[in-house]
Amino acid sequence: MGEFIVKKDQIILGIETSCDETAAAVIKNGTEILSNVISSQIESHKRFGGVVPEIASRMHVEQITLVIEEALLQADVTYKDIDAVAVTEGPGLVGALLIGVNAAKAVAFAHGIPLVGVHHIAGHIYANRLIQEMKFPALSLVVSGGHTELILLKEHGSFKVIGETRDDAAGEAYDKVARTLNFPYPGGPHIDRLAHEGKPSINLPRAWLNGSYDFSFSGLKSSVINTLHNAEQRGETIEPADLAASFQASVIEVLVTKTLKAAEDFNVKQVMLAGGVAANKGLRAALTEAFTAVPDIELVIPPLSLCTDNAAMIGAAGSILFEKGKRSDLALNGNPGLDIENL
Amino acid sequence: MIKEGYKGEDNMQQYELVTENEDQTFALAKQIGEKLNGGEVIALEGDLGAGKTAFTKGLAKGLAVTRVVNSPTFTIIKEYQGRIPLYHMDVYRVSAEDEDLGFDEYFEGTGVTVVEWAHLIKEQLPDELLTIYIYRIGDTSRKFVLEAKGERYLQLCKEIC
Repeated sequence: MGEFIVKKDQIILGIETSCDETAAAVIKNGTEILSNVISSQIESHKRFGGVVPEIASRMHVEQITLVIEEALLQADVTYKDIDAVAVTEGPGLVGALLIGVNAAKAVAFAHGIPLVGVHHIAGHIYANRLIQEMKFPALSLVVSGGHTELILLKEHGSFKVIGETRDDAAGEAYDKVARTLNFPYPGGPHIDRLAHEGKPSINLPRAWLNGSYDFSFSGLKSSVINTLHNAEQRGETIEPADLAASFQASVIEVLVTKTLKAAEDFNVKQVMLAGGVAANKGLRAALTEAFTAVPDIELVIPPLSLCTDNAAMIGAAGSILFEKGKRSDLALNGNPGLDIENL
Repeated sequence: MIKEGYKGEDNMQQYELVTENEDQTFALAKQIGEKLNGGEVIALEGDLGAGKTAFTKGLAKGLAVTRVVNSPTFTIIKEYQGRIPLYHMDVYRVSAEDEDLGFDEYFEGTGVTVVEWAHLIKEQLPDELLTIYIYRIGDTSRKFVLEAKGERYLQLCKEIC
């Protein structure tokens, strides 16, 4: 008796409502996806040309219960099996965050399950652990609509921002350049597509910000506007595909060069790509090529479905935080400006 | 800097300032930020690349915000802690004039609200506010037209110009 101690699997329910996706997922032992349910609001926001905060909140309210139930059903678990509820507490739209946070609090309270607040970007980074076990120190390049950051992880659950954008995030720069070329919102994917049809023949600046791992894309954006403007004044035409290719070449060169430099400076064992812009084909190809030359550093690029907002990543990050003893109480609140370094 | 004040329509008063480079723009914005006490709404208008976010960085400095202020285009609203809170909005992607989108909670709050592309939600803006139009007159030089609606904003303009 008592000789066999069966280690019970750790089951986490993850909930994510920081922007325009209502999502819930069930994660086993921090690495295995038992279910990953996402209800996208994109169609509802299309008529407004973008995410509308108040509408997002209303849609989350309508969807959240259904999404959680579906996640449990697909994972074939009940609340009795859940060890902890992990929820995105920030950053994001406050009215959107509140829906997920309050749903998580209700589940935690009603079923007596521990609650763990998770940082949205920590979630994006931990999407990688659903693909490949982490090796420390690790570096993550986070590129999404609203973020461009280099984050160093010395160990699980420890995040240090070593570089961030001083103005536009990479995704914002893509959308703004698309706007100057008269593409409808969101224009980023149009630029990515167009870039593959053109040649990077136009000389555009690269903001190196020497001595810093920070990024800046606002000067590049201005340069694209000036190039178009000056050509117009001279009565010349610029091939949009070439401009897109030149713009993309500048963004990618800076992202890849800075990531490689930081990876080498901090002697990291692994580099993880995270965030929605990780879908960009040019970026994936350039990173893969750059890191092929440094075999000591493992490059992890998650599949697209785990790069965009989802709750599996929140469950994965929550799993580690829970293991490290983090517990949130029922005073947990949505925090739109949550800092990843002080979790 | 050229300083000029003239009376606009209604009880609006307009002031014009010119900055030669980004440093001067930053200094102007910082000076405005230092004079804010909370509860103010500042509308920023100007084309892409005019420098709305660059201006907000200076304003944030004047509010003693220490974190990096970067573009809110994607998230629509970013909040910063300073001497008083700063709510930085970009409503370019919001074009739902007739919907109640909850902006009044910010406008009526204790912080300073900066709204880029504010004309897109003009029905929802408070009656009293400071609108700053930014015009690109060279690669780095900018013209600022400050339009004050309401006594507190008029007073603010007089202190700056």
